[in-house]
Amino acid sequence: MVKSILFVGVGGQGIILASKILTQGLIKFGYDVKMSEVHGMAQRGGSVTTQVRYGEKVYSPLIGDGEADVIVAFEKIEAVRYLKYLKEGGSLVVNDYEIYSLPILIGAEQYPENIIEKLQESVPKTKALKAAEIAEGLGNIKAQNVVMLGSLIKALGLENMDWDSVIKENVPEKFYSLNVKALKAGIGTWDI
Amino acid sequence: MKKIMSGNEAIARGAYEAGCTVAAAYPGTPSTEILENIAAYKEIYAEWAPNEKVATEVVCGAAIAGARSLCAMKHVGMNVAADPIFTIAYEGINGGLVIVTADDPGMHSSQNEQDNRLYAPHAKIAMVEPSDSQECKDFVKYAYEISEKFDTAVLFRTTTRVSHSKSIVELGERVEVGVKPYVKNPKKYIMTPANSKVKHPEVEERLEKLQGYSNNCPLNRIEWGDKKIGIITSGISYQYAKEVFGDNASYLKIGFSYPLPDKMIIKFAKAVDKVYIIEENDPYIENYVKTLGIQCIGKEFIPTCDELNPDIIRKALLKEEPKKSYELDVKAPSRPPMLCPGCPHRPVFYAISKLSKLKKNVIITGDIGCYTLGDEPPLNAMDTVICMGAGISAAIGFEKAAKMGNRDDKIFGFVGDSTFFHSGITGLIDAVYNNSPIVMCILDNRTTAMTGHQDNPGTGRTLKGEPAPIISIESIVRAVGIKDENIRIVDPYKLDETEAAIKDAYNANEPFVIIAKQPCALLKEVQKRRANMKCKIDLEKCKECKACMRTGCPAISFKEGHVIIDQSMCNGCGLCYQVCKFNAIEKVGE
Ligand SMILES: Cc1ncc(C[n+]2csc(CCOP(=O)(O)OP(=O)(O)O)c2C)c(N)n1
Repeated sequence: MVKSILFVGVGGQGIILASKILTQGLIKFGYDVKMSEVHGMAQRGGSVTTQVRYGEKVYSPLIGDGEADVIVAFEKIEAVRYLKYLKEGGSLVVNDYEIYSLPILIGAEQYPENIIEKLQESVPKTKALKAAEIAEGLGNIKAQNVVMLGSLIKALGLENMDWDSVIKENVPEKFYSLNVKALKAGIGTWDI
Repeated sequence: MKKIMSGNEAIARGAYEAGCTVAAAYPGTPSTEILENIAAYKEIYAEWAPNEKVATEVVCGAAIAGARSLCAMKHVGMNVAADPIFTIAYEGINGGLVIVTADDPGMHSSQNEQDNRLYAPHAKIAMVEPSDSQECKDFVKYAYEISEKFDTAVLFRTTTRVSHSKSIVELGERVEVGVKPYVKNPKKYIMTPANSKVKHPEVEERLEKLQGYSNNCPLNRIEWGDKKIGIITSGISYQYAKEVFGDNASYLKIGFSYPLPDKMIIKFAKAVDKVYIIEENDPYIENYVKTLGIQCIGKEFIPTCDELNPDIIRKALLKEEPKKSYELDVKAPSRPPMLCPGCPHRPVFYAISKLSKLKKNVIITGDIGCYTLGDEPPLNAMDTVICMGAGISAAIGFEKAAKMGNRDDKIFGFVGDSTFFHSGITGLIDAVYNNSPIVMCILDNRTTAMTGHQDNPGTGRTLKGEPAPIISIESIVRAVGIKDENIRIVDPYKLDETEAAIKDAYNANEPFVIIAKQPCALLKEVQKRRANMKCKIDLEKCKECKACMRTGCPAISFKEGHVIIDQSMCNGCGLCYQVCKFNAIEKVGE
């Protein structure tokens, strides 16, 4: 069985690092993995995605409509934008966080209201969390990506693997303990 | 040892293991990381060249001198490099030569969707196409063997999803092949008409030999499964085909894709009931298969435009609808890319946008880089974007045509620093030589920002991170012959200065240059230096006129009845501070 995880967010939120840590972990735990990311234009404040697929043998790095086991959305409207990729019965991990795009900033478009409630109504397995606040509480808002990663790992049922060593190998030493705490906090978000 | 690598990292690793000693490139998504990764190997000389033509010529010279060499470029870069490629095809090589083209189906970061597989038959050079990272590494090694065995350059073609997808790679050791001796051979290396006349038939013979190889080489293979359907495919399309059909089809997986393996194709087609050709963009394989008299199904179902994926194949060939998902009665607002907070390009576009509202004859020819985003609202400061360099050259033509049509258009052409070195200098020379009274705005943010901050001839550092002479844009402009009184060097963070320069330029009737100098806000040293510099709104003084929001800065928004500046995004560039008529914005932390 191949599992598919779609990370969505806004350029600069750290989704590439989060998907990299996940990928490195999956390899360490013995899976075949493919990960696809897009560089360039999109990173200037645009909408960005990375895709991770793992299992015994993976061919396509791309996830099709209705195929993602989990969508991890770092920003609310990005969850809405990419929702069609979520499998029926799949989980949605969504950051209760807003980043205005240029059309919204200049008043050409509106930021929709009550998105989290609407997502929760539509998708039974929705986990909404305030990853930015959690990370700020731990001392650095930049760790919100690893909080999101923790929540994803719990959704995948992989929380008992040795993620500490994966983090150790993939983030600079001075951020190690912050990120380990962020990952734990993310895993813990399902207990509330 | 096993490692997860992107296709681009694996190509770099392949070059390393194959004993490559010279590599050159000009950055361009999705190819950039190839040279960035090669640069980390001390055994390989690696450089950023000013453009793809130069990079290709550098490695042509290196290959003739005896080094296994590699150059890399994005698909449109190959248009720039085509000239040397078509003639090195005649000369052949000494040390092996690999030319990587990374195409961008779906145009994630490109201005067109050209399919560079068509260059291989056009230039008459061999081509290989990997479909994952392991193949990226292995095929580079094969490519050097093919190059040296058949005395040809090899085109190595990837696409965004091969270059930027990561998968597991088994690493090997480097084989030191050294640099071969160079023996003078004018008949081979000097392409005068007389020598080329001898060479061209040799090239045709070489193609026949290469075709023989194609039919027997390990890069082309048949995977037998159910024989009702036979799929011929290459590159990332192979992975998509396997994802959709699994064992319910047989595959002719093509890794050596020019010349195509005619005998193998005929044998495969005979053994299966129906032939499908699954390929992205142009019908490259399909057209060839049809010339062999084989009936096949391809582009009548698989679209030519945009990126391919398994869903499209399922729908096209199996008539399966995409899987169901959840629905929501909310439409996600669009999120296009935009100039960053504190971007030094913004004030220049703000100033020109303001001028163009007053003077209706202002035309702006843009170019490719972060500054293309000056075209977005609310600035809307651009009329054309074609290709690198055209920001200046197209301005010349626009001006000449306007004059012929008795219009008084005033043309402002924009290029970035990296674009200026790439192909802006020739346009500048044309403007002076043919006396074109255009304004050339060179936005010098001291980096190649759009592609992820590569060094260039103006930054003072090489690809290897070593100090280099800084090539002065200003000195080039003067040397070409722009008069002192027609040059303005401005700090774009100073709006008065920038607006004054634009006004002078508007009134000039000779070629005019504005150089806006301020480093990119995303550069690490800039972020450090400006970490505490912010602009803040004094809510008591703010009249909510929203003039500051018309700069298009993403840090400024109108929330709960107030204009606010997001302090985590602001770098204190001060543009909003300068446009506020009510002194309601203060600058702190300087
Ligand atoms: C022929 C060609 N080569 C490479 C590219 C990729 N590319 C697009 S923008 C850009 C860099 C532009 O840098 P610069 O002119 O300094 O502008 P900045 O992004 O820094 O504003 C490059 C290399 C391209 N579009 N065309």
